[in-house]
Amino acid sequence: MRACYSVFRLKLATGFQYRSAALAGIATQFFWGFIIIMVYQAFYSQPLADPPISLTQIVTYIWLQQAFLAFIALWFRDNELFQLITTGNIAYELCRPSGLYGLWYAKLLAQRLSSAVLRCFPILAVALLLPSPYRLTLPPDPATALLFLLVLILGLFILVAVSMLIYISTFITMSAAGSLLMFGVAGEFLAGMIVPVPLMPSWLQTIVYALPFRLAADFPFRVYSGHIPTDEALATIPIQLLWLAALVWIGRFAMGKALRRVVIQGG
Amino acid sequence: MITVSGISKSFKVARRSSGFGSAFKSLFRREYTEVAALSDVTFSIGPGEIVGYIGPNGAGKSTTIKVMSGILVPDGGTCSIMGYTPWLDRVQYVRNIGVVFGQRSQLWWDVPVIDSFELLRDIYDVTEKEYRSNLELLTDTLDLGDLLRTPVRQLSLGQRMRCEIAASLLHGPGILFLDEPTIGLDAVSKIAVRKFISAINKEKGVTVILTTHDMSDIEALAQRILLIGKGKLLYDGDLAAMRAKYGAAEGGETGGGSAIEEALVNMYKEYEIS
Repeated sequence: MRACYSVFRLKLATGFQYRSAALAGIATQFFWGFIIIMVYQAFYSQPLADPPISLTQIVTYIWLQQAFLAFIALWFRDNELFQLITTGNIAYELCRPSGLYGLWYAKLLAQRLSSAVLRCFPILAVALLLPSPYRLTLPPDPATALLFLLVLILGLFILVAVSMLIYISTFITMSAAGSLLMFGVAGEFLAGMIVPVPLMPSWLQTIVYALPFRLAADFPFRVYSGHIPTDEALATIPIQLLWLAALVWIGRFAMGKALRRVVIQGG
Repeated sequence: MITVSGISKSFKVARRSSGFGSAFKSLFRREYTEVAALSDVTFSIGPGEIVGYIGPNGAGKSTTIKVMSGILVPDGGTCSIMGYTPWLDRVQYVRNIGVVFGQRSQLWWDVPVIDSFELLRDIYDVTEKEYRSNLELLTDTLDLGDLLRTPVRQLSLGQRMRCEIAASLLHGPGILFLDEPTIGLDAVSKIAVRKFISAINKEKGVTVILTTHDMSDIEALAQRILLIGKGKLLYDGDLAAMRAKYGAAEGGETGGGSAIEEALVNMYKEYEIS
């Protein structure tokens, strides 16, 4: 535990060094956020029978996506870990007296956290001050805000557990490209990153609700805007915990299997 | 202390000839050959020894080190080190060993060396007192001083290697595996590393297993050598005896190398592994 905490702290401190990367990220995310919002604005300007989610809620959804991109994007990756596996430097990690899963999990968590902390505050601050319809609205009440934070953090834990599977698959495939692309495209679509989940046809929603991806992005964002009422949100928390436990278990099991037959590449 | 008996390990290697035709063919049927990296390797090492583990490239030296440090699971054979089977009791076992892979790095690239050291302290759960005294000893003997606060990416190879060796000894292991620790180092760093290895062996009684291609490393440090070639253990014995036997055999004819290297070349010839 002390080891995981130590890795977490060191990676967090390292992550805070990358200021220019964060600035560039913020600029990209504003640009992207505006474009997407304009698309939905055009879409909502046509009379709709009964929109399943209001434009204000969509705008909130999009700004939160941009602010917490590091919490929800599956393509956001640690190339160091891929290199460890494909070049054989993992030899050193394997002669440590601790499970690899915990150490890597802590590392990935710290990386996402440091990146999000650097980016989210400027984005949120500016988005809160924008003129409507671009403005990010505050949550309906403080309790909702707290609930949002709780489910966002749980969602982050789930996402890191999912991303661990990408790294583990690299032991077998020896190249990160395939799993990254597959997890990236499918996972983000199923998380509501491309089309918000409420706007999906109902058959697709059934699939999305059965999978864990939306629990990291769509779910917390709709809790924030009040689109998902408090009682439903509270009822979903046990599902988040269940998915988290299942994903960690699968990851540990797969990693154990992969390490039994690992080949250290290179001399 | 270390008993290795009958260890075997083979790797599956995909092979094909050059050209588009054979690349296309390998889409459907891939030819694998089994390469025996180790076959039936047996030896034992007592506490406090320094053993030089030598052999040509691809002989299986690194594979043996990896098996002994619990990273690779062999296909067959048994290995008992301090009462542990490395690949079965990996987590408890690795607390007792230190490993240096000369061609890899364990330090975090972007942060000062001391940050990596403190991380290792936490990973190995070393008490603050023990950490302090180990660090002090290592800083003095390896002359780390200012290096500790320098980011790893700005260290020279020799400086980095000294830090790597220190990193592997922070938890005070009883056994140290060194896989080509002097590769690419200049004369000054090489001698510093050698002095250090013999110092910790004498002062702390650390058992050292050293692989290298530099015979002067072996000459300076080891009394006993193990020679491996094509996965088989060929010679296990005294360095002086080996030199007497093979060095004298074709004396006079020197190709510019030192006496010990001549002896080694003669030995490779005799065992037909060169």
